[in-house]
Amino acid sequence: MGALETARDHYVARHAAWAAARPDEPAWLARLRREAAASFAATGLPHTRLEEWRYTNLTPLARVPFELATGSPEISREALEQVSFPVYACSVFVFVDGIHRPELSAPRALSAGVRVLSLAELLASEPERVEAELGCLVDPKLHPFAALNTAFLDDGAVLLVPRGVRLSQPIHVVFASSGAEPDRVRHPRVLVVAGPESRGEVIVDHVDLAPARGFTNAVIEVRVERGAELGLILVQREADRTFHVSNLAARVERDARLSAHTVTLGGSLVRNDASVLLAEEGASCRLDGLFAGNGEQLLDHHTLIDHAMPHGESRQLYKGILGGAARGVFRGRVIVRPGAQRTDAEQSNPNLLLSPGAEVDSKPQLEIHADDVRCRHGSSIGRLDEDALFYLRARGLDEGEARDLLTRGFAAEVLDALPVAALGTALTALLATRLGRPAEGARP
Amino acid sequence: MATEGTRPMLEIRNLHALAGGMSILHGIDLLVRAGEVHAVMGPNASGKSTLSNVLAGRPSVEVTQGEVLFEGRDLLALSPEERAREGIFLAFQYPVEIPGVSNSYFLKAALNAIRKHRGEPELDAMEFLQLAREKMKLVEMDEKLLHRSINEGFSGGEKKRNEILQMTLLEPRLAILDETDSGLDIDALRIVAGGVNALRGPQRAMIVITHYQRLLDYIVPDRVHVLAGGRIVRSGGKELAHELERRGYGWLEAGAAG
Repeated sequence: MGALETARDHYVARHAAWAAARPDEPAWLARLRREAAASFAATGLPHTRLEEWRYTNLTPLARVPFELATGSPEISREALEQVSFPVYACSVFVFVDGIHRPELSAPRALSAGVRVLSLAELLASEPERVEAELGCLVDPKLHPFAALNTAFLDDGAVLLVPRGVRLSQPIHVVFASSGAEPDRVRHPRVLVVAGPESRGEVIVDHVDLAPARGFTNAVIEVRVERGAELGLILVQREADRTFHVSNLAARVERDARLSAHTVTLGGSLVRNDASVLLAEEGASCRLDGLFAGNGEQLLDHHTLIDHAMPHGESRQLYKGILGGAARGVFRGRVIVRPGAQRTDAEQSNPNLLLSPGAEVDSKPQLEIHADDVRCRHGSSIGRLDEDALFYLRARGLDEGEARDLLTRGFAAEVLDALPVAALGTALTALLATRLGRPAEGARP
Repeated sequence: MATEGTRPMLEIRNLHALAGGMSILHGIDLLVRAGEVHAVMGPNASGKSTLSNVLAGRPSVEVTQGEVLFEGRDLLALSPEERAREGIFLAFQYPVEIPGVSNSYFLKAALNAIRKHRGEPELDAMEFLQLAREKMKLVEMDEKLLHRSINEGFSGGEKKRNEILQMTLLEPRLAILDETDSGLDIDALRIVAGGVNALRGPQRAMIVITHYQRLLDYIVPDRVHVLAGGRIVRSGGKELAHELERRGYGWLEAGAAG
């Protein structure tokens, strides 16, 4: 039996034991988990013969028999703030090893009616509130890891923004891994419902408190209702031994707008899927991404934008920066359904290679079934511009600083556009550190 | 005006160089003393830009023969950044656009790299801003350009003013202006020349590279050299520039062939 099959059997067995120990839960929840587990058992871990997984061999992930975390380790607020800056300007909700930690959270200044809840608490107190929402946007049959997450559905963050409310501060959800035990898996879950005409920003942040090997398997479901505007920032700044798989599934309704920004700076093997359904007329989305890798990192990003109805607009900008022997993958699919006239879609994937050993595979894919549309895509792979390097050096900057500055300049298009500016500054500094050179001060 | 007794700042001896795999410079000799302004004129493709690139250390230009001494030291052994820190400044003919890096960040980093090398304290953000504002007035540059990405979307005139701003901030000892006049209208030319003239002094030398005599009405040189076919074919006083204006380059190029 191969590693992928062994891993599937391992998780299926763990799920059976885990589910058997939770007999008193609502029937719909047990069924949701059971069906997800069955779906995962049927597909297993995807192999590289599948087009969607062609560049990402999961054998290294499959070889480790990851277990759920058991304890609830002591974590200080200081230790947390060191890895999840800037926490001060936001309402913060903290999960450690997948479990909500109210004593580390700071839910300040929430606007009227806004609810930020622990999923585990909600499932215990008013499960009917999320029965209709959970699991309806992400398709477990298409995404085996989303199925695995759903099979172990337990705790996570539920954010409910009522009609017409504007969030006064961003909501910062931190999923921290303690590293207290080795080889642990967590299945973070986020549900965001941005009510009609609401406005707000949400940060979902994955961090490691210690550099232990682990596996994060996240699912984020988002509904942006009629006329709402949601800014979503997904940050992955875990340690370099962490495996990270994430599925973002979003539905954008009439005249609503989602801007989702994915920033991937850590992890040994990372696979992020983002799929957005522009479900009603006039829905729009912006999907930005920055992935920066070094060493042996593999950073794989897949996007899918589904233009289901007329007058939709989508903009995608994914930028890759790869040094060492790192590998990047970007596959961006845009589907324009029959009748989705006046669709306006743009996709761009520029990549910067910092070393001869780095590699990137870029694959745009447009599937257009309507005739009155405007769709454009482009990708490029380049190195630092020699003329620009010389220009900076001719002004006294040494070669390393010049390379750093140009690399940051390349990233700025994504990081400077984050809807939470302080986070952009922090991530710019972290980018320089992760790429192997200390930051020479933040950008002005 | 410098006298013959002043020690040489820059000595170029029998310089041969390749650019883009082509032999461009075929034996340049040039002596520049502190306090002097030298004009290097010449037709297109005569080697003017290659000469400025050799002095600033552009990696794609290869010196095959000869030597360059800057204050007695082997200039060619230094990296571009070491040259900049030692006081060499090249105002680029085509200033590079760098998206995503703010002009003010860049200028401050450059200034502090050079100050650090000189053993001077680095400037903090407030001190830098104050200094930059003062110097920007000199080149009549809009302060908004400080906060934009380096040269991105700047007009031709704004790019050249940004070069002169950098020069006035960095206070080099040897400034090389590579066709700084190209693409400038008469007002911009006057402003740029004003910035250059403000920097003239007994401790500083300048090499002004230009195709046209026009700039030299504003920056009056001590010496004029004509570069043609990769060699200096004629040197003289400022009146040589006027002669070139009248007669063109043809009469000198004929003598440079072979």
